[in-house]
Formats: sequence, structure tokens, C-alpha cells
Amino acid sequence: MKAKVFVTLKPGVLDPQGKAIHHSAELLGFGNIADVRQGKYFEVEVNGGATAKEAREAAERLAKDVLANPVIEDYKVELEA
Amino acid sequence: MRFGVVVFPGSNCDHDAYHVISKHVGQPVDFIWHRQTDLSGYDALIIPGGFSYGDYLRAGALARFSPVMQSVKNFAAEGKFVFGICNGFQILCEAGLLPGALIRNAGLHFICRHVNIRVENKNTPYTSQIDEGTVLSIPIAHAEGNYVCDDPTFNALEENGQIVFRYCEDDGEITAEANPNGARSNIAGICSPDMNVLGMMPHPERACEELLGSNDGLGIFRSLTAAIQSN
Repeated sequence: MKAKVFVTLKPGVLDPQGKAIHHSAELLGFGNIADVRQGKYFEVEVNGGATAKEAREAAERLAKDVLANPVIEDYKVELEA
Repeated sequence: MRFGVVVFPGSNCDHDAYHVISKHVGQPVDFIWHRQTDLSGYDALIIPGGFSYGDYLRAGALARFSPVMQSVKNFAAEGKFVFGICNGFQILCEAGLLPGALIRNAGLHFICRHVNIRVENKNTPYTSQIDEGTVLSIPIAHAEGNYVCDDPTFNALEENGQIVFRYCEDDGEITAEANPNGARSNIAGICSPDMNVLGMMPHPERACEELLGSNDGLGIFRSLTAAIQSN
């Protein structure tokens, strides 16, 4: 079973890379992109025997303890059907 | 007295720290491979700069899980000295030994040059031999040195005197222009509430010889030595 983990900077935390991407978009002529925030995306393969609940718990714990730094980042876990 | 320099895969300022302790501070020092967990016999640990684990995930994030780190936490909890420099500072924040986090420099660039930092608190084990307000010329070399923390954390840092160094002008004035990386309130280094754990982005171990442009870093190592002697 696969879990998708999205890690994003908390609102208000400066994202210089997102700003640079936004600036590039403006240089490319995009007039309608108001802002870009850069995050991280992880695909976590959980062992086949795991139930959906177990898979979610494992991915949530990995996200909380490793993938995200709770001081500056939020995370969201989605299970792939 | 014995120092240890913790070495992770990707550390690259370990030899600089070792050199300064052995040649300029004149004290016994060992390298400590990150798989070692026995830290008995050491009085102070240096977590050196570099790119532990290639900065994968986040700077300092994976070093936190090395076997030595649980021992480092216990070591710090006993009141012994843990000094994180650059990547070492990032590791100590990731490990929860220091509050806050270090994110990408506001200007995005990796910056490698001498900066001025002002000693904000003389009453720490790392600054006792330096006058408060002294301006030190110390090099930085980082892409993720932009210190961030929430308001309650910042207020606690200020109230407890945990802000040890701030980026400043030649004359010591704290200005936005003197801030190389966008760090909150020009913070260059902070310590733990008990002041035995220090993290700083500038590299004092690269500023201990006139030949290298500055020996302003020596005061920090001499202060630490004095603190160990009086412990």
C-alpha cells in the first residue's frame, strides 16, 4: 500500500526558493500567478500485509518524526486507493 | 580535560575543529565516529560543520538519527558542553537540543565570507573571556543559516540571555544590511537555557590564526576551556 506524504512550509515561514520560482514565472510572462510555495512530496510504500489504518499510522509517524520539521513545516498524508 | 569532535558522514570541518583544539587550545581531543555511543571521559563535544548526510531531506535532519546523538542528548542533559558550529547548529536544532530552525538564506545564495558578530551575552561558558559588545570577525559558509522561531520562543531567548551572537556592522551596530541570511533579529548564535549547549552559524574554528585573516574565534574556545576547568 502506498502513502503519499506532502510536506509544506507553515504559513508565514519565508520561502526564498518559492519566491525565486515565482519570479522566474513572471519573467516567463505568466501574469496570473500570484505566489509559489515550494514543498516536498514523498511516496511511502508500506508492507503489503498492512491494513489501511496501519499504513496511515506508519506514514503519519514517519512524517511527524522524520519527513517534516514541526518547527517550520506542516504535513499531510494521503493513502493511495 | 578532553574534547571530542563528532564526525558524521559528510562532516568536513571536523579536522579544523580538531586542529584548533589540539594546536591552539592545547587540549587533548579525539574524533568520535557517529556510530560511537560511549561518551564517557569527555568534557565537551564539538558538532562540526559540513554536510552531514549530504543535507538530504533538510540540513541536519538525518544526522539526528545517528547512534551517537542519543548519547549527545544525555551528555547535554548532564550539563556537559555541546558546541555546534554551522551544520552542527542545524543538527542541534533538528535534534531539539536548541529551539528554532535554520532555513534557506533569504537571498538563496551560499555565502562564504567574513562577517561581524557582536557578543550579546558575556555570561555564558562560551563568551566569558570576551567583553560584552565585542565585535568578532568570523567567516560564515552556509546556504541554510536563516534562523527562524516563533514569537514565544524568541521572547524566551531574549529574556534568558540565550542570544549569544548577532550579525552586526564593523562598529557593532545591528542593522538589516549586516544580516547576511535573513536570520530573525540578526541571530548568529544561541545557547540552551542552561547555556551548556551553543549553536552558531559562523565558523570560529576558521578564525584562530592571523594567517587566516582573523583569530577572533580563539576567545570562544578559550572561554569554553575556562568553563570546563571551573566545572
